[in-house]
Amino acid sequence: MTFDWPTALPLIFAGLMGLAILIYVILDGFDLGIGILFSVAEDAEQDTMIAAIGPFWDANETWLVLAVGLLLVAFPLAHGVILTALYIPVFVLLVGLILRGVAFDFRAKVPAGKKHRWNRIFFLGSVIASLAQGYMLGVYVLGLDVGFGGIAFGALVALCLSAAYAAMGAAWVIYKTEGELQRKAVAWLSTALVLTALGMAAVSLATPFASPRIFAKWFVWPEMLYLSPLPILSALLFMWLWRQTFHLPKPDDRHALRPFLTLATIFALGFAGLAWSFYPFVVPDRLTIWQAASATESLAIILAGTVVVLPVIIFYSFYAYRVFGGKATDLTYD
Amino acid sequence: MDPLILSRMQFGANISFHILFPTITIALGWVLLFFKLRYNATNDSAWMRAYFTWVKVFALSFAMGVVSGVTMSFQFGTNWPGYMERVGNIAGPLLAYEILTAFFLEAAFLGIMLFGFRRVSNRVHTLATVLVAGGTTLSAFWIIALNSWMQTPAGFEMIDGKAHPVDWWAIVFNPSMPYRLTHMLLASGLTVSFLIAGLSALRYLTGDRSESMWKALRTGVFTAAILIPIQIFAGDQHGLNTLEHQPQKIAAMEANWNTGPNVPLVLFALPDEAAKENKFEIAIPDGASMVLRHSTSGIVPGLNDYPGLHPPVFPVFWGFRIMVGTGILMLIVSWSATFFLKRRHSLPRPLAILMVPMALSGWLATLAGWYTTEIGRQPWLVTGVLKTADAIGPVAGSHVALTLSIYLILYVLLLIAYLGVLVHLALKAAKDGDTSPLPGVMKTAMSQPVAGE
Repeated sequence: MTFDWPTALPLIFAGLMGLAILIYVILDGFDLGIGILFSVAEDAEQDTMIAAIGPFWDANETWLVLAVGLLLVAFPLAHGVILTALYIPVFVLLVGLILRGVAFDFRAKVPAGKKHRWNRIFFLGSVIASLAQGYMLGVYVLGLDVGFGGIAFGALVALCLSAAYAAMGAAWVIYKTEGELQRKAVAWLSTALVLTALGMAAVSLATPFASPRIFAKWFVWPEMLYLSPLPILSALLFMWLWRQTFHLPKPDDRHALRPFLTLATIFALGFAGLAWSFYPFVVPDRLTIWQAASATESLAIILAGTVVVLPVIIFYSFYAYRVFGGKATDLTYD
Repeated sequence: MDPLILSRMQFGANISFHILFPTITIALGWVLLFFKLRYNATNDSAWMRAYFTWVKVFALSFAMGVVSGVTMSFQFGTNWPGYMERVGNIAGPLLAYEILTAFFLEAAFLGIMLFGFRRVSNRVHTLATVLVAGGTTLSAFWIIALNSWMQTPAGFEMIDGKAHPVDWWAIVFNPSMPYRLTHMLLASGLTVSFLIAGLSALRYLTGDRSESMWKALRTGVFTAAILIPIQIFAGDQHGLNTLEHQPQKIAAMEANWNTGPNVPLVLFALPDEAAKENKFEIAIPDGASMVLRHSTSGIVPGLNDYPGLHPPVFPVFWGFRIMVGTGILMLIVSWSATFFLKRRHSLPRPLAILMVPMALSGWLATLAGWYTTEIGRQPWLVTGVLKTADAIGPVAGSHVALTLSIYLILYVLLLIAYLGVLVHLALKAAKDGDTSPLPGVMKTAMSQPVAGE
C-alpha cells in the first residue's frame, strides 16, 4: 500500500477527533459526575467538591469544543448530518452545559443567601448535559434512527452514561478529598459502577445487532480473537474495581488515584470498541470519513498547526493539573 | 413557521448574547495585567485589590463567553449546515486555529490566574495573566479574520460550488480584516473602560473613597478618554474601507437610494423600502458626499443600484446611528470626567450618576455596530459566494421556534443574574474598602508555592 495524503489525512483527523472525544469524556466526565453527585452531598461537602474541579473544568470542556471543532472543520458534511439529526438533544445538551458552566461561577460570587439556588442549578445542568450526551450516543449507535426503539435505547444509554459520569466524579472525589467525604464517595462509586457496567454491556450488545455490517465486523474469525481482549479486560477491570471499593480508603491514602485511572482505562477500552465498530464511517452506514472530509489542502494546514500546538497544549494542561495537585483546599481568589 | 427567519433570529440572539462577554474579556485581560504590573512595580496592595475585584468579573464573563460560544459552534451544524459544506475548507482551518492556539491557552491558564496566586510564584502568576490576556486577543484575531473573510472574501477559488483555499495569507489578511480587528479591539477596550469607570462611580456614590476605587476609576476614565478619539478615527477608516468593498452596505447605512453626487447626510429618517424613499428625513446637504468622499460632488452609492441584493435598510441605518451616537456620548463623558479628575481631583455627583448607566454603553455601541455590519452583509452569508438562505439546514420551523424561545428566556435570566452579580461585586468592594485584610499579598508568602496540601 502506498502512502498518499488524501487517504491519510482524513484518517489522522478521525483519530484526533476520537482522541479529543475520549479525553473530553474522561475529563469533563468527572466534573459532570461531581455535579450529579451534588444531589447526595451536603452543603459543606459541595464546597469541597467544587474546589476539587474549580481550576480544571474550563480546560476540560475545551476538549468538547475541540472535538466538535474537528468534526466541523475536518468532516463538514458529517457535522451537518449528525447535528441536524440530533437537533433537539444537542439543544438540551447546550442548555445543560450553559446552566452548569455559569452556575459554577455564579455560586461563588452571589450573596450567601442565593448560593443554594445556584447549587441546584449546577446539579440540574450537569444531569441534563449528561443525559443528553448519553441519549445522543445511543441514537448514534443505532445509526441516527429516531424511531421508538431509538428513543428507548437512547434513554437507557442516557441513564447509564450519567451513572458512568457519576462514577468518574466519585473516583475524582476519592482522589481529591479525605475523611468522611472520601468514605461517602467510595459508597457512591460502588453504586454507580453497577449501573455503568450495565450500560456498557447494553451498548456493546446493541451495537452489533443494530447493524449487520457491525455484526460482521465483530463476529468473524480471526477478528473475534483479536477483539476479545476488549470486552474481557473491561469486565475484569469492572469486577476488580468493584471489589476495591470494599477496601477503600486505604491507610495513608494509598492508591487513591487508582479508581479514577481504572475507570479511565475502561472508558478507553469501550471507546476503542465503538471506534472499531464504526470505522470507516463517520455517519453510521452513510458517510465514510473520506466522503465527509474537507479538502486535502485545508486538512494539511490544520494538521501542520496541530502537530506543533497539541504537544504544547498537553504540556501546559499537565502543568495546570500539577499546580492544583494534592487534596482539594478551599478555593479562593487570593 | 419559516425556519430561515427563525434560524436567523436564533443565530442573531445567540451571537448577540455571546459577543457581550468576549467584548469584556478581550480587554479586561490586559487591564488585569496592568493592575498586576502596577502592583509588581509599586508593591501597593490597592492595585492587588483592584485585581481581585476585577478578576472575578473576568472569570464570570469568561464562563458566560465559553458556554455561549460552545452554543455557537454547535449551531453551525444544527441550523446552518450549508455554511460548512460550501466554505468549510476556509472557515474550518481558521476555527481550528482559534481553538488550538487561543482557546486552550486561555482555559488552561485561567485556573492559575484565578486560584493560583498562592500556589505559584508571583512571576508565574503574572505570566499566567499575560497568557490569558494574549489568548483572548488571539481568539479575537482568528474569529475576526473569519468574519472579515465572509464580508470581503479573498484568496480562494470555487471548484464544484465549494470554496477552496489558494492563498492563506490573502484569506486571513483579507481587505477588511485589519480595519475590523482594530475597530473590534478598540470597542472592547472602550467597553471595559466604561464598565470599570461606571462600577467604580457606583462605589464612589456609595461613599467609597478607598485607594483601590480611585485606582480603578482613574484607569477606566483615562483609558476611555484615550481610546475614544482613536476609535472615531479607526471607525472612519473602516467606513471608507466598506465604501470600497461593500458599497451596498454604505448605501444602507446612509439610507441613500440613488447613486450620485451632493448626497446629504441623513441625521434622522424612517427608511421605507417599499416606496424606496425616506420618511421624515432631516439631513445636512452634501454631508454624506463630504464625509465619504471629502467633496460635495463626491459620488455616493445608492440602494437602487442593487435591486434585491442590498441589505434591509432600516436596521442598518439605525444600528449605525446608535453606534455613532453612543460614541459621541462616550467622548463627552470620558473627557469631562478626565478634566475633573485631573484638574479638580474630584468627580461631580451628576457626572458620577451619569457614569453608572454608561457602564453598559460599550455593550450598546458594540451591538449596534455589530448589527450594522452583519445585517449590512445580507442577503449574503459570504459576500458574493453564499446566500444566507442557501445555508439553512432541513430543520423544522417548530423545532427552531421552541429552541429559540427557550434560549431567549435563558439569556434574559442569565443577563439579569450577571448584571446583579456585577453590582453585588461593586458594592461588596465598596463595603470592604481598603481596610479588610487581603491574604497572600505579601511577596514573601507568594514566592513559596504551597505543594501537596
